Amino acid sequence: MYFIIALVALVFVVLTIIVVSRLQDVLKSVKKPESADEAHTGNGWNAAMFIVIIVAAAIGITWSYMHAREHFLPIASSVHGRRTDDLFWFSMGVLTIPFIFVNFLIFFFSWKYQYKKGNVASFYPDNHKLELIWTIIPAIVMAMLVFTGWKAWSDITSDAPADAEVIEITGKQFNWIVRYGGVNDNKLGNYNYKLIDAQNEVGIDLSDENSFDDFLNPTEMHIPVGRPVLLKIRARDVLHSVFIPHMRVKMDAVPGMPTKFWFVPDKTTADMRAELGNPDFKYEIACTEVCGQGHFSMKINLVVEDEASYKKWCAEQSTFLQTYPEYLAKVPDNLKAKAMKGLPADTATPADTAKTASTGGGIGTTAALR
Amino acid sequence: MSAIEGLDTAVHHEEHAHHHEPQSFWQKYVFSEDHKVIAKQYLITGILWAVIGISMSVIFRIQLGMPDSNLSWLKPVLGAWISESGKLDPNFYLALVTMHGTIMVFFVLTAGLSGTFSNFLIPLQIGARDMASGFMNMLSYWFFFLASVIMFGSLFLQTGPAAGGWVIYPPLSALPQAHPGSGAGMTLWLASMAFFIVSQLLGGINYITTVINLRTRGMSFDRLPLTIWAFLITAVLGLISFPVLLSSVLLLIFDRHFGTSFYLSEIYINGEALPNVGGSPILFQHLFWFLGHPEVYIVLLPGLGITSEVIATNARKPIFGYRAMIASMLGIAFLAFIVWAHHMFVTGMNPFLGSVFMFLTLIIAVPSAVKGFNYITTLWKGNIVFTPAMLFAIGMVSLFVSGGLTGIILGNSALDIQLHDTYFVVAHFHLVMGAASAFGLFAGVYHWFPKMFGKMMNTTLGQIHFWFSFIGIYLVFIPMHYVGIAGFPRRYYQFTSYDFTHKFMDMNMFITVAAILSFLAQFIFLYNFFVNIFKGKTAPKNPWRSNTLEWTTPIVPGHGNWEGEIPAVYRWSYDYSKPGAKEDFIPQNIPYSQTLESNFPHENELIATEKEIEAQNFNDQFNTAH
Repeated sequence: MYFIIALVALVFVVLTIIVVSRLQDVLKSVKKPESADEAHTGNGWNAAMFIVIIVAAAIGITWSYMHAREHFLPIASSVHGRRTDDLFWFSMGVLTIPFIFVNFLIFFFSWKYQYKKGNVASFYPDNHKLELIWTIIPAIVMAMLVFTGWKAWSDITSDAPADAEVIEITGKQFNWIVRYGGVNDNKLGNYNYKLIDAQNEVGIDLSDENSFDDFLNPTEMHIPVGRPVLLKIRARDVLHSVFIPHMRVKMDAVPGMPTKFWFVPDKTTADMRAELGNPDFKYEIACTEVCGQGHFSMKINLVVEDEASYKKWCAEQSTFLQTYPEYLAKVPDNLKAKAMKGLPADTATPADTAKTASTGGGIGTTAALR
Repeated sequence: MSAIEGLDTAVHHEEHAHHHEPQSFWQKYVFSEDHKVIAKQYLITGILWAVIGISMSVIFRIQLGMPDSNLSWLKPVLGAWISESGKLDPNFYLALVTMHGTIMVFFVLTAGLSGTFSNFLIPLQIGARDMASGFMNMLSYWFFFLASVIMFGSLFLQTGPAAGGWVIYPPLSALPQAHPGSGAGMTLWLASMAFFIVSQLLGGINYITTVINLRTRGMSFDRLPLTIWAFLITAVLGLISFPVLLSSVLLLIFDRHFGTSFYLSEIYINGEALPNVGGSPILFQHLFWFLGHPEVYIVLLPGLGITSEVIATNARKPIFGYRAMIASMLGIAFLAFIVWAHHMFVTGMNPFLGSVFMFLTLIIAVPSAVKGFNYITTLWKGNIVFTPAMLFAIGMVSLFVSGGLTGIILGNSALDIQLHDTYFVVAHFHLVMGAASAFGLFAGVYHWFPKMFGKMMNTTLGQIHFWFSFIGIYLVFIPMHYVGIAGFPRRYYQFTSYDFTHKFMDMNMFITVAAILSFLAQFIFLYNFFVNIFKGKTAPKNPWRSNTLEWTTPIVPGHGNWEGEIPAVYRWSYDYSKPGAKEDFIPQNIPYSQTLESNFPHENELIATEKEIEAQNFNDQFNTAH
């Protein structure tokens, strides 16, 4: 569709040029035979083109904006997101005024003050009052934008409320891994990058008892609606960036330097499906810092749900230790009992089979998985 | 200096104290120390790089706009980078994007713009025989050439050229195992840039020294054309900021090859936990953007200076607000150094810094706005001749304003959260930097072509080139803002992975088509430029009826620019359409004593100083040992 319109617009422009230049040739032959200077070739139709531009641009930009806006993101699903969106459209509105005004003057003056033989340009080298006016007015507008922006930024980057749900998200080439603090203590265990391996993808430090109930998910992230969520953001290998477009959330993931971003989502996935009339709608998280070949496909889905559903989902997740009970070996002896609490009865570690007469299965039965 | 005392006697003894041994072909045409030759070397090299850089953008735009197209026709050029089924390799896509940025920003719009016009115009417009050091100037070009050879060579590596974005953030750029583009291609990129920086510093020192020391008699700072002010300020920006990029490049080389940890900490990659701890990727970003931000003004200011000159000349009016223009350039230059972290709002740096840099960034909009308004007021009540140079200058003002306004959105950190690393940023910087500076470059070429080559370019072709380029550029980048507002991230090979980018397919195709058409329009320029170097009509001495000193040399200035004495200067360069004057322009070298009919009262008073001016110290290199 756009292609056709573009083609038509192009043809229109070319035809206009041809027509206007033909007109100029005709007019030239009608006027005095005194030939214009070399440098003034085609002055008239160039001037006319500026008016064509004013009209074509006004139509084009208005129409393209009206068409494009249908495809912008839906209303933000987070509290701060609606605030920054409002600020964005307000700023764009303010800036549209000089955009139209200044560009109009550029093109209009170019047409109006085109060379005319016998005309003398006005010798007008300066006007201090004018300079002052158009220094001060932009300065005031900037100050206003700065102030409103600063307020929003300060609030957004303030410390997360104490009751925020803390979730860790780690970027790696080329996917995200979320880790939750677990249903028992809701505290993320420590981590150490030297402990990372093919199973322990985020380097959970099992000498920290907070990590025993941690669970991970590489494909889907769930968050509760209506209360603050604090993302603790990490990266394993190179820079990545957590971008949740519908939530207006963005923060880089930096290897060696944990970052964070908190927000309050207030529209569940179900709400969005209803609002958009799209039963397949999903919130998505994208990477937005170039990280290599798979940068464009580093997706994790985000599900926003009511508190009860969220808690239910959390309870259904297998913890890291449940998924890989062999890692019990890494738990310090004095904490092993605590770590085992979350595991099903017939799971045992190799160390245990040596020490105790275990009840049966041996390690192989990772049957406790979901 | 003893040369001054001995001056009178030297002049009495012989007209030309200056002579050379005859120069070999190599000295004269290749390793020339003549600023005009060097300028042309920069220009041709810049044009070649522009063709390569823009071609790259066409290829990746085809990938984005028509993702299902079969690119097998590129196999002769790109070989294995095109798969069996005609798909572009995703790694090479990133390489194209990276090299496009690197080439356009550094090789075309810094070297090709500053290198060409600072070199060509500074001695001619300030009234000097040549640059302060022809030797350093020659080295400046040849280091640039060396950098170009290395960067060009990197395109042919099996692992491909650098591919981490033109900003080459570590750890991606520090770890060859992270992707192929961080292998040898990255090494060559860093080597090339190191030489490039050396080249720019050699050039910049020359420009500054020449402007300060070698202005002709009467050419006080407040009589300098705005082009020279722009080049001077640009050179200062470069001198202070390029070394910081060099330092970041050196530290990155150390991290890559010597096991250091400046930028690396706690990394697990490809099954291995690297030993590096304590470094910070953010350090690189601070160092990079400390150059990176002034760099965009280094790219922009020469274009603004050229535009000032071209608009005043072709509107037949003094530039409005000469002093305000200088003050705003100084303001922009100063502020340019303290806004860099607006590129880093969402890097995880302390949010307080975000507030500080937002505040400083929005201040920089004010002097930029002043310049825009001054250009428009220069057009007002002018008598405008639409030479191709004038069209490009007017176009530049429009692009600069349009692009600059979206900068105000991006400089607002709260708004940048959503827009950072989306196509909104790409649209912004292409309008305000890419397009505006490129138009400044074109304006400069069209305007000074007669001086460079003694021939005229074809006006009609130039005008057609302008309209296609101007309309084309807006058709490419205005829709791109919509794509950015919709959240499309940058540096994505394709948009099929997400639902939220499963839209705007038509718009992306439209952008690609417009880009291709704009690219094709540039061939009008290439034809016009190259053919008329050889076949163009001989230029008159002052085809644009301009006031500046370069038009007082012979049509093609030779070694030393002026055949006799360097003219002295008595007035500023903007006496166009002065009330009472015989003609609608009064060149700078016409004394007030000869224009009694148009002098203002304070200018009549200056007539008494003319003898003084003429007797001033000769900064004439021909008369002093050099």
